[in-house]
Amino acid sequence: MRIKIIIFFTILNFNILNAETSSIDSNKIFKNLRCLICQGQSVADSNSEFAQTIKLVVRDQINDGKSEKEIYDFLIEKYGEWITYKPSLNKVNFVLWLLPYLVFIIGGVIVFLRFKKRDNR
Amino acid sequence: MQKKIIKLFILLLIVFVIGVFFIGLNKNSIYDTKGLVGQKITEIKLDHFSKNKIITVKDLSKNNFTLINFWASWCGPCRDEHPILLKLNKEKNLKLLGVNVKDKKNNALEFLKDFGDPYDDLARDELGKHSVNFGIYGIPESILINQDLIIIKKFIGPISKNDYNYIKDTVRKQ
Repeated sequence: MRIKIIIFFTILNFNILNAETSSIDSNKIFKNLRCLICQGQSVADSNSEFAQTIKLVVRDQINDGKSEKEIYDFLIEKYGEWITYKPSLNKVNFVLWLLPYLVFIIGGVIVFLRFKKRDNR
Repeated sequence: MQKKIIKLFILLLIVFVIGVFFIGLNKNSIYDTKGLVGQKITEIKLDHFSKNKIITVKDLSKNNFTLINFWASWCGPCRDEHPILLKLNKEKNLKLLGVNVKDKKNNALEFLKDFGDPYDDLARDELGKHSVNFGIYGIPESILINQDLIIIKKFIGPISKNDYNYIKDTVRKQ
């Protein structure tokens, strides 16, 4: 009986977790979308016709079960990479993504070498 | 040796930062439609303005060229381009598909009654959602496509005389 109860709650827990992960936060997407006809405003901040339409489209796609990536891919296909504030990693911008890590690692190596040199003295 | 590495690293970092600024400041940050040209329109589902019918890609592939024009009665610049659309309607190889965006039906009909109806087919996009499929972000905008449904050119804003000449030359070459 105990085992059955444990299995029941484990399955229930899994279902709850899956339900939570599958729900997409539309506001998060709106904040990462640029309003193309506004000055420095995201779709979330803007009340322009364009922003309102994009909000409707994004909500429709969420209701249709599309993933966050599919929604971004669709909008990038129609409006270009410029529509997103946080562009995805690709061969054009990979240096910008990797640079902070490179600087961090090289900086760490320099600091380490300096300390080592000081210790040797 | 170690000092040389540090100096080289700092130098490379400075060059990189200057490079990023140089490219970033010279890059045109205004949205353009270069990416759309050459793309194929794969799916269209537009409600017909007056008939109980859905306009699909099949309807467009019947025409040699189609100019999809997004307009509304409340849009001022749409009135400016209207005489050009009426002229384009006379081109044999070109069909005009009007998409009435976020408009009241009666106002749209009145607009066409007052200024003339250049469209071979008229669709309605009440909420503007279908226009997103065409990368539309304001009206008026127009898209010239060929029989293979490839986007030849996108016109942002009202169609100018130059645009008219371009469309005329393109469709007559066929």
